[in-house]
Amino acid sequence: MTMIFGVPLAVFMGQLMLGLINGAFYALLSLGLAVIFGLLKIVNFAHGAMYMLGAFVTLLSMRYLGINYWAALIIAPLVVGLFGMLIERVLLRRIAHLDHLYGLLLTFGLALIFEGSLVNFFGVSGARYPTPEALQGGFQLGFMFLPVYRAWVLGAALVVCLLTWYMIERTRLGAYLRAGTENPALMQAFGVNVPLLITLTYGFGVALAAFAGVLAAPLYPVSPTMGSSLLIVVFAVVVIGGMGSIIGAVLTGLGMGLIEGLTKVYYPEAANTVIFLVMILVLLMRPAGLFGKEA
Amino acid sequence: MTFNKKILTRSIAVAAAALLASVAQAEMSDNEVRIGYLADMSGTYRDLAGPGGLEALKMAVEDFGGSVNGTPIEIFSADDRNSADVGASTVREWIDQRNVDMVAGLVATSVALAALKVIEDKNSLGIVSASAASSITNEHCAPTHVHWVYDTYPMANGTAKAIVDQGGDSWFLLTADYAFGHALEEDVTEVVEESGGTIVDSVRHPFPTSDFSSYILQAQGSGAKIVGLANAGADTVNAINTASQFGLVESGQQLAGLIVFLNDVYAMGLDATQGLLLTTGWYWNMDDESRAWAERYYERMGSMPGMVHAGIYSSTTHYLNTVAELGSDDPVAVRAAMAEKPINDFFARNGRIREDGRMVHDMYLAQVKSPEDSTHEWDLYEILSTIPAEEAYRPLAESQCKLVNN
Amino acid sequence: MPTTTQTLTPTMKRQRRADLRRNVRYLLLIVAGLVAPFVAYPVFLMKVLCFALFACAFNLLLGYAGLLSFGHAAFLATGGYVTGYLLSSYPGITPELGILAGTLAGLALGGVFGILSIRRQGIYFAMVTLALAQLMFFVYIQAPFTGGEDGLHGVPRGELFGLISLNSNLSMYYFVFAVFLIGFAIIQRTVHSPFGQVLKAIRENEPRAVSLGYNVDAYKLVAFILSAGLAALAGSTKTVVFQLASLTDAHWHMSGEVILMTLLGGVGTLFGPLVGAGLVVSLQQLLAQSPLGNWVSVILGAIFVICVLAFRSGIVGEINKMVRKNFK
Repeated sequence: MTMIFGVPLAVFMGQLMLGLINGAFYALLSLGLAVIFGLLKIVNFAHGAMYMLGAFVTLLSMRYLGINYWAALIIAPLVVGLFGMLIERVLLRRIAHLDHLYGLLLTFGLALIFEGSLVNFFGVSGARYPTPEALQGGFQLGFMFLPVYRAWVLGAALVVCLLTWYMIERTRLGAYLRAGTENPALMQAFGVNVPLLITLTYGFGVALAAFAGVLAAPLYPVSPTMGSSLLIVVFAVVVIGGMGSIIGAVLTGLGMGLIEGLTKVYYPEAANTVIFLVMILVLLMRPAGLFGKEA
Repeated sequence: MTFNKKILTRSIAVAAAALLASVAQAEMSDNEVRIGYLADMSGTYRDLAGPGGLEALKMAVEDFGGSVNGTPIEIFSADDRNSADVGASTVREWIDQRNVDMVAGLVATSVALAALKVIEDKNSLGIVSASAASSITNEHCAPTHVHWVYDTYPMANGTAKAIVDQGGDSWFLLTADYAFGHALEEDVTEVVEESGGTIVDSVRHPFPTSDFSSYILQAQGSGAKIVGLANAGADTVNAINTASQFGLVESGQQLAGLIVFLNDVYAMGLDATQGLLLTTGWYWNMDDESRAWAERYYERMGSMPGMVHAGIYSSTTHYLNTVAELGSDDPVAVRAAMAEKPINDFFARNGRIREDGRMVHDMYLAQVKSPEDSTHEWDLYEILSTIPAEEAYRPLAESQCKLVNN
Repeated sequence: MPTTTQTLTPTMKRQRRADLRRNVRYLLLIVAGLVAPFVAYPVFLMKVLCFALFACAFNLLLGYAGLLSFGHAAFLATGGYVTGYLLSSYPGITPELGILAGTLAGLALGGVFGILSIRRQGIYFAMVTLALAQLMFFVYIQAPFTGGEDGLHGVPRGELFGLISLNSNLSMYYFVFAVFLIGFAIIQRTVHSPFGQVLKAIRENEPRAVSLGYNVDAYKLVAFILSAGLAALAGSTKTVVFQLASLTDAHWHMSGEVILMTLLGGVGTLFGPLVGAGLVVSLQQLLAQSPLGNWVSVILGAIFVICVLAFRSGIVGEINKMVRKNFK
């Protein structure tokens, strides 16, 4: 058997695969953060809560309305996205002229409210969401047993990331968005409705988080606290990648997933810390992040 | 003279009576028996004890009549939010400011240990019902507390021994990488090897971990018959879920949950947990007496009680009985008297409090039912066998407790 | 010979009045602190003082250097763990030495965090500090000397200088009060020193400070290390008071709580963090034993939102504004 650093090739490949799947979540979440940051210049601390809400909408809509997984893939991001737009309109807009740190603090407060309220209604044990029937079972890849659902998660996440990239880089709306990021005042002068653009952008960013939440629902127990610890890791990913580019966010997310996956094989004790250690290295060598532009 | 003598004896009698009365009064401090319930009401362990435990405590007090020999019982409760800080300062305040006589609940080990230290300093009484740490009556034992429902020793050992006896002799251990997981791993390794099994391999995962797929893959590659989960709470739940996604059981391996509770199994569902072997201190459906109590609880809470809830009721009742017999709520006296009586109620069979403060009682080996065998929502376990009280817990001969003469 | 009053410009007069007002306030603070344990439960007061010092340390960074650290829990925890470990493992160590060691550990960790994070600004700085603190959280779970999940318990309060037993709540209280005053005085001196003026200049306009020739990063780094050390001092003292150190102090919720205390009391005011800490600690205490107990985090979150939306100067800040309006 071929060995890689004392680990059979088969196991090694399997672990890479799993790392990539986790990386897909990081990619989706940091992508959403990057899109929001681009235009609003705030770090959305409620991003983890939005991810969690996406999973909860999926769970509850099935439980009480009989809405299945496939419908939830559309409905949950839509619902959470609209909710996000409401938050932007009612709350974030009022502090847009202030130091952007206030945006961070406000969204942090919101995250506490969402998490805390849901804990009161649903506890923290977490509920199980069944894997949709079409995605049950698994592939025997020779080197590993890959559950169909995980393969689907990887594929779906990559497609959405790619579509987002395409939308931002290749469409007119994306062009507005990029221009708005550079100079909102000028855009406004050209007759573009910048406030609307901002609302839509925030809605879209949190919808991405909610989409990740739907994907996560059958994988992890759906619980109110599922988003907060994940978010801090995603923050580290964002610092590593720098928030300069869309594609950078996606690549860094996937890359960190891979590194984490390998750590789980070679030195599992450090699996929770490895991303933070990478962050320290990057800060020392490239303070602006791998894809970052500003110093 | 006689007259004087008469007056003298009479006044002595009056004085003595007054003295006696004042003593009796002092024995029920503040003319109230005050019980504090400290638990995580909103965090990770909410479902293990939480509001349900408080309800069980209230049931015990109501069933007792709300008063002990005419002295009313008052209940305080607080959410420790799993913070040792909050827990310890709440208990300190309860004892300093409100003269609380007994503290019940005590869930997260960090909170429980912190609170018990305060209780020990203040010579009060703590009855631990929810924490899993066997150290509470081992290196941290004290004459001021009792550990009621279970601890890691019977949970891990009972399960591990039964599994090896059934032929599950090669193990892969998935260990949470911190003191608790290490201790559990050590206990299990010892039992498995003593019973003739082997530990093929183990992996230490960070605490907490949400994605177990990598570790499950390693477990599948190990070829071991049994995958033992030396972790607890959310980690165990996540590991079991992931194992079911990766078809661990279908591919011929079996899971052994060392610290698994009824609320965990309920939350995960039978699809993911069926066939899981575990040890429990009580199960609501184990006999008529238990069912009767559980149904009363169900009416009030809307969910079935776990062993911790039942244990809180059982321990509170035993406490109140002792206070009533003693006519005093003095914590030290009550603690001593509690240990003198055997405990046999719907929860505890063959129960007694050992000198280290451990309440030993019969434990049960259970298996999670398959969805087909389960007749309703809460029909989750089948009780396979009873582990006698005297065998279930860590023998006193191995104890490091300062109260035990070894 | 001209008298002094004649040479005083209006600015100097105002300055003098302000100094007088401030001194009166300090005096009131000290008197209130001395009397307090006879009015309220000393253990509760000690908790307030420890968190107040923690919030003051945090405020030094946010209020005067304009840096929002989302990782201050790491320093609080480090102080607590180091002190707790030393006091429980080496009975010869007196509490003040234990606290000193904890503070030094905090200073050192502050240096490391500072070097890594100080070059990033604003939101990045917040994220980097948060991530570094999370790293420390995981380290403390696994490190053998912290007791992991269980934490450290039964840390002896010991005897101050080997002479005064701290086992009584009253003597413990006065010790904590003294520590708080020392910390508070350090912060006050720093803020009003030339160093503090430069910090404020950096906060207001960093490019200008650079162009004036100040080594901005060095100033920020010193402020960061000082703030970290004082936060660790708070953590160390807290460990001696409560005789325990636990992961709660290292959790990112704690970093959020200290931001809330400072924001609520008033960012950039000397007394704001004290007021904020008092309010948040009382609120937690109150809520924990009420039927609303389950809603603690929701209520804290709501206060956050309200503060940011409508109340950015905080309580003390608003009072200052009112005073200024009415007494000009």
